[in-house]
Amino acid sequence: MLTAHRCWVYGDNVNTDVIFPGKYTYTLKTPAEIAAHALEDLDPGFASAVQPGDVIVAGRNWGCGSSREQAVTALKYAGVPVIIAESFGGIYFRNCINQGILPIVCPGLRAHVQTGDTLLLDLEAAAIQAGGQIFTFPRLSPSVQAILDAGGLVPMLQRRFAEGA
Amino acid sequence: MTGYTFAEKALARAAGVQAARAGDILDITPDLIFSHDNSAAIRRIFEQIGARRIVRPERVAVTLDHAVPAPTPQHAQNHAEIRAWVAQQRIGRLFEVGRGICHQVLSEEGLVLPGETVFGADSHTTHFGWLGAFGAGVGRTELAALWATGQLWWRVPETMRITLTGRLTPGVTAKDISLRIIGDLGVDGGAYRAIEFAGDALATLSLDERPVLPNMMAEFGAQSAYLPPDDAVFDYLEPRRQRDYTPLYPDPDAHYDAEYTLDVSALEPQIALPHQPDNVVPLSQALGQPIQQAFLGTCTNGRHDDLRAAAQVLRGRTVRCRLIVIPASSQVLLAALQDGTLQTLIEAGAAIGTPGCGPCMGNHMGVPAPDEATISSANRNFRGRMGTPDAPIYLASPYVVAASAAAGCIADPREFLSC
Ligand code: SF4
Repeated sequence: MLTAHRCWVYGDNVNTDVIFPGKYTYTLKTPAEIAAHALEDLDPGFASAVQPGDVIVAGRNWGCGSSREQAVTALKYAGVPVIIAESFGGIYFRNCINQGILPIVCPGLRAHVQTGDTLLLDLEAAAIQAGGQIFTFPRLSPSVQAILDAGGLVPMLQRRFAEGA
Repeated sequence: MTGYTFAEKALARAAGVQAARAGDILDITPDLIFSHDNSAAIRRIFEQIGARRIVRPERVAVTLDHAVPAPTPQHAQNHAEIRAWVAQQRIGRLFEVGRGICHQVLSEEGLVLPGETVFGADSHTTHFGWLGAFGAGVGRTELAALWATGQLWWRVPETMRITLTGRLTPGVTAKDISLRIIGDLGVDGGAYRAIEFAGDALATLSLDERPVLPNMMAEFGAQSAYLPPDDAVFDYLEPRRQRDYTPLYPDPDAHYDAEYTLDVSALEPQIALPHQPDNVVPLSQALGQPIQQAFLGTCTNGRHDDLRAAAQVLRGRTVRCRLIVIPASSQVLLAALQDGTLQTLIEAGAAIGTPGCGPCMGNHMGVPAPDEATISSANRNFRGRMGTPDAPIYLASPYVVAASAAAGCIADPREFLSC
């Protein structure tokens, strides 16, 4: 199935401090509050303009730096279902899966889209259509996909243990 | 010979699959899972998950090391909860207050072996690369998941190879090599990669020095770091191990996405200035800076060789500032007692603490006052790391720490060693 997504395009080495500032990590708790500060120090216009279904298209090493999980949940709560990057910070990639948001590693895409463009995502085919081209990306392993489908690591294990009990 | 890195081989083994490549996602069953004073917090996530029993408790270890002996009733309560949990879950190994720091103790106990994979709820789990193992730090949620299921998903990392050539000169150590690498390439120079060390300099490093390299790679952004194990490592493990193992080595045609080479022969002592481990300069640029406290210890540089290096500098001298010495383990303490190292340090004026992390992360036993400068043999000098935000921390080798303690200001150990 093809789904259409508006793009927000960013560069290389975007760290988690600018995705979600450290000063809020212990004070903001509700999803709406956290989402309101997404990308605050990278793109101040983002939080008020983002629409559910929009996606991030980034360069290399998206989400490097501190391991804080709010740098993932802020985007999730803002309605971003998928983050596409040429590569991810390793801990950020894990946090995405564990928090139930899909990270797609897709080198080459960023040069072909600009903020505001629409891309078409085909999850079954593991492919993206944008700028008149098709880009394929590696699938997640079934076990990792299962974590995403459950909404994250804690909910997945909760379900598993509730069923097993 | 099909071009596999160490990380690719180790993780394929731990996942029970034929082969794996960087980028693949695998379900890893680690050979050892460990946590420390954070075990009570992990227990709460474990219970939230709804799990009842730790699977494979015989492959779980817990050390009490981060605040030992307990400095406050809260810490004591935390330790008490952990002891109760260990008994309830029949966790295989608990290392009590005074035994030492997780990375050092688990190495001494032979609980991690070449070719194995270890996940710990501690960012310096990279340490176990000195044994030729794949060690990586995980978050508390992930450690709770490991207790609950015995497995964790993992993306096989790309690898950077760091080749060390030549031979260190007297008074220069693996700590100086590590600081130089991080200084050259930055705190994200390893950017979640696995690091493989290579080169003829490795075999010249003592077994006490080798762990410094992978330990410090946590400050490089690396996920894991590896040294190829040799006979010296196998001999070390032989009386300690409880199971067989098969060491793993990278293929000669393995793919590296980055390479870095350092000739260590010309290296001088290095020092990291406040407040980041990559704020590194040659020691000569920091000489004379007054310090109020010197700290020798931690998982990075609290081993027997480290204490001996300090004793070599301090023999017959008296410190001119506080010197706190905390051996990384009870075995280190005993060895330093038996060969007279401890006596030399005490006669020079050192205060000796219970094996553990000590003031490394600011819990107790050597927290500086505001504006007091500390020179430390640890791995991190972030603002506030030792518990006081306005207290600058300098990172250097045990030689430099001892020489600075003797001088009351940052000093070059080579001047002390030559006379
Ligand atoms: S000595 Fe310091 S760096 Fe090492 S485990 Fe303890 S707190 Fe962490």
